[in-house]
Amino acid sequence: MKNISKSNSKFKLLAALLVVVLLGVFLLAACENTDANEETAQGDTTGETTSLSGKIMIVGSTSVQPLAEKLADEFNKEHPDLRIDIQGVGSTAGVKAANDGTCDIGTASRALKSEEESWGLTENIIALDGIAVVVNPANKVQDLQNEDVLKIFTGEINNWKDLGGEDKEIIVVSREAGSGTRGAFEELMKLEKKVEGKTVSLVVDNALIAEGNGAVLANVAGKESSIGYMSLGMVDESKVKKVKINGVEATVQNIKSQSYPIARPFLMLTKDEPTQETQAFLEFILSNGGQKVVAEDYIPVN
Amino acid sequence: MKKRKIKETIQKAVIWLCAFITVAALAWIVIYIIANGLAHLNPDFIFSEYKGGKNGILPMILSTVYVVLLSVIIAAPIGVGAALYLVEYAKPGKLLYLVRFATETLAGIPSIIYGLFGFIFFVTILKFSFSLLSGALTLSIMVLPTVIRTTEEALKCVPVSYREGSLALGATKFQTIRGVVLPSAIPGVLTAVILSIGRIVGETAAVYLTAGMVTRFPGSMMDSGRTLSVHLYVLAKEGISFEEAFATAAILIITVALINLATNKAAGRLKRSFTSQDN
Amino acid sequence: MNKACNSISANISYGTQQKKYRLRNLKEHIAEGLLLLCAFLAVISLLIIATYIFYSGVPIFGKVGFKEIVFGMVWKPLEGSFGIFPMIAASLLATLGSVAFGATVGLMTAVFLAELSPLWLSKIVRPAIELLAGIPSVVYGFFGLIVIVPLIDKYCGGGGNSLLAAIMILGIMILPTIVSISETSLRAVPVEYKEGSLALGASQLQTIFKVTIPAAKSGIAAGIILGMGRAIGETMAVILVIGNTPQLPGSLLDRARTLTSNIAIEMSYAQGLHQEALFATGVVLFVFIMILNIVLTTIFRKAGEEK
Repeated sequence: MKNISKSNSKFKLLAALLVVVLLGVFLLAACENTDANEETAQGDTTGETTSLSGKIMIVGSTSVQPLAEKLADEFNKEHPDLRIDIQGVGSTAGVKAANDGTCDIGTASRALKSEEESWGLTENIIALDGIAVVVNPANKVQDLQNEDVLKIFTGEINNWKDLGGEDKEIIVVSREAGSGTRGAFEELMKLEKKVEGKTVSLVVDNALIAEGNGAVLANVAGKESSIGYMSLGMVDESKVKKVKINGVEATVQNIKSQSYPIARPFLMLTKDEPTQETQAFLEFILSNGGQKVVAEDYIPVN
Repeated sequence: MKKRKIKETIQKAVIWLCAFITVAALAWIVIYIIANGLAHLNPDFIFSEYKGGKNGILPMILSTVYVVLLSVIIAAPIGVGAALYLVEYAKPGKLLYLVRFATETLAGIPSIIYGLFGFIFFVTILKFSFSLLSGALTLSIMVLPTVIRTTEEALKCVPVSYREGSLALGATKFQTIRGVVLPSAIPGVLTAVILSIGRIVGETAAVYLTAGMVTRFPGSMMDSGRTLSVHLYVLAKEGISFEEAFATAAILIITVALINLATNKAAGRLKRSFTSQDN
Repeated sequence: MNKACNSISANISYGTQQKKYRLRNLKEHIAEGLLLLCAFLAVISLLIIATYIFYSGVPIFGKVGFKEIVFGMVWKPLEGSFGIFPMIAASLLATLGSVAFGATVGLMTAVFLAELSPLWLSKIVRPAIELLAGIPSVVYGFFGLIVIVPLIDKYCGGGGNSLLAAIMILGIMILPTIVSISETSLRAVPVEYKEGSLALGASQLQTIFKVTIPAAKSGIAAGIILGMGRAIGETMAVILVIGNTPQLPGSLLDRARTLTSNIAIEMSYAQGLHQEALFATGVVLFVFIMILNIVLTTIFRKAGEEK
């Protein structure tokens, strides 16, 4: 009996130790976190208006996410105690969450659909963003006409040799159905048609479905004969190549001058009366300070 | 006779080959990921936040620890209680069969179904929203079968003579359980907990539909957080940084290896303590 | 232990035994009740999960039609087509393919460990397999994305995201389940069987294939079915390598989408009928798992009867 109780107490000790260590790590980091916050708070309190605390939950587009994160970081410099949580799950999910009230701000990277407009959401256009058509850097094709893009994505052209490239089958990379980038791209490129009152996508059935802008980037970067479309602000030109559309390159200038045809708004949606924190954050985004952050990679709205 | 010998040699070669394939597959995966991950595993990566240009994983490590603690705190008492009832009280019959069937089925349900359920039930209906609590509640149902089964095995290992001794001294059934059976089975309970931790750390589908994927430090259990596995999934699918993905995957594999080591130690302890007692 | 003794002696020395016994009895009942509740929580959880999934997923079968969903070939949820047959087919093909690989290699590995391996080698192989079992599925998926997909793209073309990539990853993933359960049941075969066979002049390998494996067949079958359950329910590893195109795969190199990845990709933004259709996908998955589970219990029951 002695022996067993001995080994038991050893185990109790071990278990207790485990719990203590885990809790310790957790508390330590929590402390570190607040320490860091306090430091920045002290640095900023001079001459600032009252700092906000609480939490803003943002849910929606993966295209808007990097911009929203940057804006949140900037806003946090003034209001270090405010938590801004950002979930990138897709535009349709963002619109839905704003409507359900499961978040404070819903984001979308496309204009609202007609049925969504009837829900009574408040739209804030925070930026404009282009959609770039991207191919693998090894691909020789530089320039595509509007109708070429249409034909590629509907599957009518399925080999690069028809477009002056190598004799290779085209791998079309598209997005999941709830994506705002997909919705905007289909709308702007006329990749949809109305059948019995429903909007039907014309994108070829065997397209590879990538979940998120980054996934499009990764797939196009990894497959020589692929083509995809993604948020201009997230294009990494060391990994993929932007294709000119009708001879016009996708750049911020060309979108401003409206010579590049594929651009869409970034929306932040709220329902009913937004909280004080949400209101302040939205005001910040539309202020000069916020729009300066937007201008780093996207097109500001004022 | 000669023909038979050739046939035997071939058969033996096939068996060796298959064993080799199994080990080679493992070695390939583990070595490839650890080798690529180690290059990026530095204190700056592990101990910094995920914002402002720094892509540290400390918030993800903390979210993982938080989810593990919460789930174990919920699942362990319930699981151990259930195991105690099944081993010590339940008589063979419909009831026992029903509970057995339920645990077997729960064990077989794919994690995405748990995620689907958690998303609707905890996140939407109970309005816990995307939070560590929603994630932990979902996960604790998921690991319940593991806890119950492993604890049951440990309880069955406790010699009947222990119980008889205690009962003969006049202790009641529950006193016996609390004073004799449960303490003897502690290494088994510990094994159950470690196994569950392994499952929770490795789970992705059920977590990202319930706990969300916010990359900040979780302030409370009502905050959303991103566990390491979910982080690896996001890094991999978004193609943000394969170096970070390798490093995160390496941390996960090392964690699993440590957990396996701990399980074996605990299980070994359980066996030894009884074999030495019985003789 | 000491505590129990003390309270017992205390009980004897005081005169208020009756009262104490009653209190003790009450405590006993409360304890038993609580433990029973714990045990029942598993049943309750299962009931709630099943009810919710079925409650949310069954109505659409009435609205759209069972045939249109289960045998429908077109999945365009935003446009009102909810055919999940391509996903059912992809799930089944991926599962069967990976089990064909996993069962062969896994069973042979189990035979190796149980019968042929020198002790020092098993001491290396067994922990290795345990490690393989513990590696998170998302790590497998990442490995597949980084290594297997580009390999297939290089040698077979077509981009690499394919049914084949999923089969390879799942095949490796289910190995540990099959190996460990098969090995346990191979070891459980009574030594007399083997001795008898060897005494009759059979060689070691003949004994293994003609006597030991047939004697352990129910355990091996159980291992394979558990492996199937793991393969059909796997999400994260599959989603990263299979391409997620909702079409009926015509060859191993075609992209496809499984039932699980369909739910994972679209759940976050689905609403209305679309969400119900995803729950219907969950219902179909659930039914498959239940079938496997019933087969499993039947195997165990039969094995019990034989003994």
